Formats: sequence, structure tokens, C-alpha cells
Amino acid sequence: MENTINLTLKVWRQNGPKDKGRFETYKVENISTDSSFLEMMDILNEQLIKENKEPVAFDHDCREGICGMCSLYINGRPHGPDDDVTTCQLHMRKFKDGETVTIEPWRAAAFPVIKDLMVDRTAFDKIIAAGGYVSVSTGGVPDANAIPIPKVDADEAMDAASCIGCGACVAACKNSSAMLFVSAKVSQLALLPQGRVEAKARAKAMIAKMDELGFGGCTNTGACEVECPKGVSITNIARLNRQYLAARFSE
Amino acid sequence: MSKLDAKIPEGPLAQKWTNYKDHQKLVNPANKRKLDVIVVGTGLAGGAAAASLGEMGFNVKNFTIQDSPRRAHSIAAQGGINAAKNYPNDGDSVYRLFYDTIKGGDYRAREANVYRLAEVSNSIIDQCVAQGVPFAREYGGLLDNRSFGGAQVSRTFYAKGQTGQQLLLGAYQALMRQVNAGTVKMYTRTELVDIVIVDGKARGIIARDLVTGELTRHFGHAVVLATGGYGNTFFLSTNAMGSNGSAAIKAFHKGAMFANPCYAQIHPTCIPVHGEFQSKLTLMSESLRNDGRIWVPKKKEDAEAIRAGKLKPTQIAEEDRDYYLERRYPAFGNLVPRDVASRAAKERCDAGFGVNSTGLAVYLDFKSAIERLGKNVIKARYGNLFQMYEKIVDEDPYETPMMIYPAIHYTMGGLWVDYELQTNIPGLFAAGEANFSDHGANRLGASALMQGLADGYFVLPYTIQNYLADEIRTPRMTTNEKEFVDTEKAVKARFDKLLSIKGERSVDSIHKELGLVMWDFVGMGRTKESLEKAIKRIAEIKKEFWSNVRIPGSNDGMNVELEKASRLADFIEIGNLMAHDGLNREESCGGHFREEYQTEEGEALRQDDKFAYVGCWKYEGEDKAPALVKEDLVYESVKMVQRNYK
Repeated sequence: MENTINLTLKVWRQNGPKDKGRFETYKVENISTDSSFLEMMDILNEQLIKENKEPVAFDHDCREGICGMCSLYINGRPHGPDDDVTTCQLHMRKFKDGETVTIEPWRAAAFPVIKDLMVDRTAFDKIIAAGGYVSVSTGGVPDANAIPIPKVDADEAMDAASCIGCGACVAACKNSSAMLFVSAKVSQLALLPQGRVEAKARAKAMIAKMDELGFGGCTNTGACEVECPKGVSITNIARLNRQYLAARFSE
Repeated sequence: MSKLDAKIPEGPLAQKWTNYKDHQKLVNPANKRKLDVIVVGTGLAGGAAAASLGEMGFNVKNFTIQDSPRRAHSIAAQGGINAAKNYPNDGDSVYRLFYDTIKGGDYRAREANVYRLAEVSNSIIDQCVAQGVPFAREYGGLLDNRSFGGAQVSRTFYAKGQTGQQLLLGAYQALMRQVNAGTVKMYTRTELVDIVIVDGKARGIIARDLVTGELTRHFGHAVVLATGGYGNTFFLSTNAMGSNGSAAIKAFHKGAMFANPCYAQIHPTCIPVHGEFQSKLTLMSESLRNDGRIWVPKKKEDAEAIRAGKLKPTQIAEEDRDYYLERRYPAFGNLVPRDVASRAAKERCDAGFGVNSTGLAVYLDFKSAIERLGKNVIKARYGNLFQMYEKIVDEDPYETPMMIYPAIHYTMGGLWVDYELQTNIPGLFAAGEANFSDHGANRLGASALMQGLADGYFVLPYTIQNYLADEIRTPRMTTNEKEFVDTEKAVKARFDKLLSIKGERSVDSIHKELGLVMWDFVGMGRTKESLEKAIKRIAEIKKEFWSNVRIPGSNDGMNVELEKASRLADFIEIGNLMAHDGLNREESCGGHFREEYQTEEGEALRQDDKFAYVGCWKYEGEDKAPALVKEDLVYESVKMVQRNYK
């Protein structure tokens, strides 16, 4: 038989970026422990609609851990109390009956709150736009097998490229640094011959943009790696630092 | 309009695309700067098209409902992308990829389009590698391939189990490069809410800012819809929560044809529904059926005990298990095609033998495989899938069988387009899953990514010029023109109407009701009666929706319920179209299975003499049945035969 639990939720409500915001307390009952966390949020919203109240706004889309849209700071942890999952993959069996669950948005100066639990992460897009690509246009490229790439490099690039851009690394960091995000893209492209041509310029441009947008510096606490739902490694930050230093020395 | 002209170029099949490109009209660089193109959607098709058009020098405005173009649902594709590279030297060719796609689509796709798709497939792989997509490689440093269903060759390129993610990020990065260069302007968290037609041509869109609620008008010399499929009509599907068919319905209401709406793909191996509040279904790779055996209890009382939690599947003796696929299809067993496996699972559950607390699941058991091969071999083959299953279901599939159930996965139908990907409304184009053109009645695995990127990188950027070349004398319009003002007014009136209903039922509760009707009557096995019933029930749901939906809040500012309600109103229209199309198509083909039309072995039975056409539906007005217009499918290279999987 399926188990159900009752919970008290302390949910951050904020009408817009200028609103001060506050916690509201809600009760949800008979939540199946097989539900996902976001399905529990759906139930809360259904309840609020029934009471003619405004549902809680939160970001979500694919609900299978790949789009990077869902966020939420749950009981003090980005993506909640489980490892290597996004909030949409978190299940209610990780909670106890009668527990109080605190739900907050990502808190970082560079990610202003839009409404309730929804934040604006366009800063990440701006960092990518500053140089997170290989400058090739469609067509006129060599055959895919023209340049062999060592399997170990391709695999390592893939690991870095698995970043979903959710922003948990920024939310987990006491400095709100975006170094794990930036380093993942810089590493992926620097590991591949196609991206190596622009590697130094890319590192410089992306870091400059990151600083400009109000993200903090990295002090190597490693919190980002712990909370990253895709297990992106902080060795990428070391690689980014090397690229960045090389770029500065060659100035 | 009674006849649709697909504008297929002259010449032998293999020369058509080359001939087209050699003779099409082009736009010179100075004029490109003067032309605005609206692209709606940032997935593989939309993102690739927006980036490519920007690189060419057009002024692109790109819209997405998500907070970033990188979130589009293309990102969730796992398996891979097909291309006719023939790197493994196993006999692949452009013709073979073309032929497999035509056959897989049960001879209901357009030959010329599919051939072009196969032809440009190789360029896609080259392009993605140049962008830095980290495809899997062999130790020699060259690209690795794997096999997929419906083919005898290994032509699938992949990046771990995240191929869609990596291809989308490649397109996204190309797109952001253009944003940086100023050729593409991004509109995030902005939804198309209508299309503006001026003098019979698509000239722009009305969009809603999802953060402020504000309606905005946008002009374009052409409009491209790359807005994905409509699988969420069923409420539960493998699609993302926000995936919707609204752009297609807006186009339909403005006169665009909706083609083959009844062709929907149901994937047999998804993690089953666990309860009333399930929001979405997660796919488990089809490859699991290579080693897993599918069964349900033979005795009803065992199934009941399992549902009540009194019995475990491991306690059911071997002789009390019904391996129904092996029983019904001894030649293919557990590896029958997707549609057959899906229908058979539904049949058992409907008959009362389903498991899980809901009774809507069957077992996929690896016990025999583990005994035969050892746990380590199974772990090496499927380890990541087993782990993913365990995270969601909290059961160890090495110890107890997985539970699976079919789910809606992809829609082959969509907006009718000609060879140039242009709808029957001049200036309105559709790309990717949003159009109907390349997969016929059934899509093969690893072909969705191929089609999205083919349309976005290599087809649309050419064909749209043939249209835009005649628009270089059209100055940019101000959006104060009457047509923009009137369309915006109509949109506002519709939102006001939705908000004024103030009924009793939430959007989701009505959407779930629609989903059940679709699943029960327009699902895996359809009949004349079920489809007629669906049309009647959908009309009732429509009435219920427009009289009893409750949307809290207002139109000023973010209102997620209002967004959902607006999309649901359109899903109701799509459900109706699907039922009408399914009712009209008195044959079984690919994903469309009419129980009246099957072979003795239960295979899909086509009626080529009557239905070798694309079923296109024309809007006839509010609450009127849509009108059917046909595009005959003329096969010049391939002979239509009964698909044979024996």
C-alpha cells in the first residue's frame, strides 16, 4: 500500500522584484510518498485555487532532470535533501510525516526574484553570449571525422557539458559565484580541438561578463560541486583559472 | 482551396534538392538587413533556424516561453541522431536512410521531403562536431555509432544518454553568438498568442509577456513556427509541462491546414502513472526490451493481490506468469514494434491483469537475463537506466521487475507544409515537430533530432529566401496597422473572457478529463464508435471549460493559471481534430490503429487504394466540424507494401 504523509510548508511568497516578500505557512495532507516534490507543489496549488487564492509560482518544465528550469532551495539545500537530482526528480519519500519544509527561491544578487519562487537567470544566457561558443556559422565545415579527438578528451568534455544551467551552484555558494557554470563551458570547449582556437579569449570574455553581472568570486569552498545535480566537477574551475591566467599573460 | 500543391521540384528524386537550390531565388546581403523574420520556438528547429538566419544577415526576432532558449524540450531527447555517414562501413547510404524512414512511416510520408532529410543528415553531424558537440568516440578518436530500431545498420550518433541536450546546447550557443552580434533579438518568457495576417500573408504575431501580462505586437516579413508537438493534449505524456499546440491552433484558425492530426506515437516503455496527481511520464529507453521480458499475472486474483500490496511479483510462480508478448507474438516476442507492444499492454490492463496500485502497469523483468548473463553484464548495459528507475520508483530493478506502461511521446501530425516548409498561408512557415512532413504515420527512433536540425540548419534557411526574395520591396510595417490592432483586441477579449468565467474547476482538472477521453477513445486502439464518442465528449468538455473554469488572479502580471487555461482551450480543439482525422482514416497505419482494420496477426492494415493521402483539415468556424482537404501521396521511387516485422 502506498504511504502518505502530512506536511507543513513554509513557502516564500513575493509579488515581484520590488516586493519585500514573506513566508506563508500552508498545510498539505495525504501526500503520497511516491509523488515528486513538484507534484506535491501541484497539489498545494490545486488546494489554493480551490480556496480562491493565488497559486505559488515556481519554474519547472521537463520534469525529468534535464531542462534545468526547476530550482528551489528546500530546507537549506538547492534541489533539496537528495544527491545528484534536480527538484523535479526529488521524491516525497525523502520527507517524514509531520515535517516542516521550508521552500525558498535561489538567493543571489544576479538572480532577482520574478515572483514567489521564480528567479530571473538570464545572466547565464548573457555569459554564454559573451563567448560560450565556437565561432562557426552554418555550413562550410569539415567532415565530422576529419579531426580525431582522443576518447578521454571527448568523455571529459561531455562530463563538463552535462551542466543544465539550473543555477544551483550559484545558489549554494556563499559568494554567489558562477565559476562552476562558467568553467564547465570553458572546459568543454577548451578540451576539444574545435574550441581550442578561441579558448583564451573565451575564458577572458566570459569571466569579464560574469563579474559585470554581479556574481561573486570563487573561494574554493566546493559547495557548488556538492549541490550540482549533474556532478560537474570543480576541477573545471582549476582548468578555467589556467585558461584565464594564460589569457592574461599573453596580453 | 480544394487541392494542395506541395511544390515538389522536378527531376529524379536524388536530384530534386540540388535542382531546387540551383534555381531558387536568393536575397542579396544588403536586402537581408532590411528583412525581419520572426521565429517562434528555440528548440532544435527554431534555435537552429534563428541562428542560421541571423548568421546570413536577416533581422531575427526569436520567441520562447521559457526563461532561456536552452530549455526547449528538444533537450530531453536521450538516444541519438541518425545520419547516413556510413562510417561503420555497414552498407548505409542516403537512399537506405530514406527508404527506412519511408517504410518506418508506413508509407504515409512524402518521398521528396524524406529524401532531402536523408541527404542533409550528414551535414548535421559535421555542423555539430564543428560547434563542439561532444559526441561519443572510439579509442581511435573517430565518432562512434550505435543501432536503433527500424534499421539494419548502425547510423546513430550519440552523446551519452543526453544527445538532445548536447545538440540543443550547440544550437543555443550558435544562437547566443548571434544575439551577441545583434542579428537575433531574444524574447524569453514570451508566448505567441496570435498570428497577424495582412492581405493574405503572415506579417507578424501578437505575443504575451508572461512576466508582465502585457500584449505586444511584432512585425515580420515572414513568420516561422517551430513550436513542437501536441502530445500534451493527453495531459500525461513524455512532453515537458509547457509543451503545447497553441501556435499550431492559432495558425489553423487563421486558415492554415492541420495535417494528419491523428498520427501520434505511443511509446511502450515509460514509468507508469502512480496516482491522481501524476504530472508527467518518464521514458525508459526502448533498448531495455532486448533483455527484459514483459509479463502480467495469469490469474486475476494474483493481480488484485499485487494491486492491494499483499503480494510481490517475485512471489508469483513461473507458471502463473503470462508473458503475453511471447505468447501472442512468438516470432518477435518482446521485440515487437512499439505500437504492437503498447496496444498489448493496454489490452491486458483493461482486462484486469494490470499491476501497480493503479492497475495500469505491466512488468519488465530482467530475472532470466541476469540468470543467463550475470548481474554485471546487465549493469554494464543498462546501469544508468536502472539507477534512474530506482530514483523515481524506489525499487531495485535487479531484485524486482520494473513496472512500465505506454505513454504518448511524439506527434507525427502537425501544420501542413509544402516542400519549402511553407504552410498554405504565404509567409507562414513551420519546422520541426510542429510540421507534419517527414515521418509519415510513425517516426523511427533517433529521427526527431535529425529532422529538427535538418529543417533548422539546412532546409528553411534556403527555402525561406525563395519567399523573402519577393518581399524586398515591402517596407517594415508599423504595428499600428489595423490588422495588428484588431488581432490584439481579439486576443485581449479572449483572455478577458477566460478570466470572467470564474467557475468551479481548476484548469488541470479539466485537462485531466480531456486526457482520459483522449487516452480511452483516441489512444492506442481506436474504433468508429470510440472516435464518435470522443467527438461528443470533447464537445462537452469544451462547454464545461468555457463555462466552469476557475482562473485566479488577473491579466496584469504573471498568471500561470491563465497561461495554462489558454493552452488547454487549444488542446481541446486539437483533441477534436485528432478524433475527426482518426474517424475519417478508415485504415490502420503506423501510430494510427483502427481496430476494424488489422491483419489476422493483429498488424496494422493499410487501405492504400483509399487512404494514400495526407489528411489536411481546414477550419470552418467556431463549433463547426473541420473540412477535409487531401494531398495525394504519389510514390515514384518506392513501392508501397505491407510492413513486415515477422
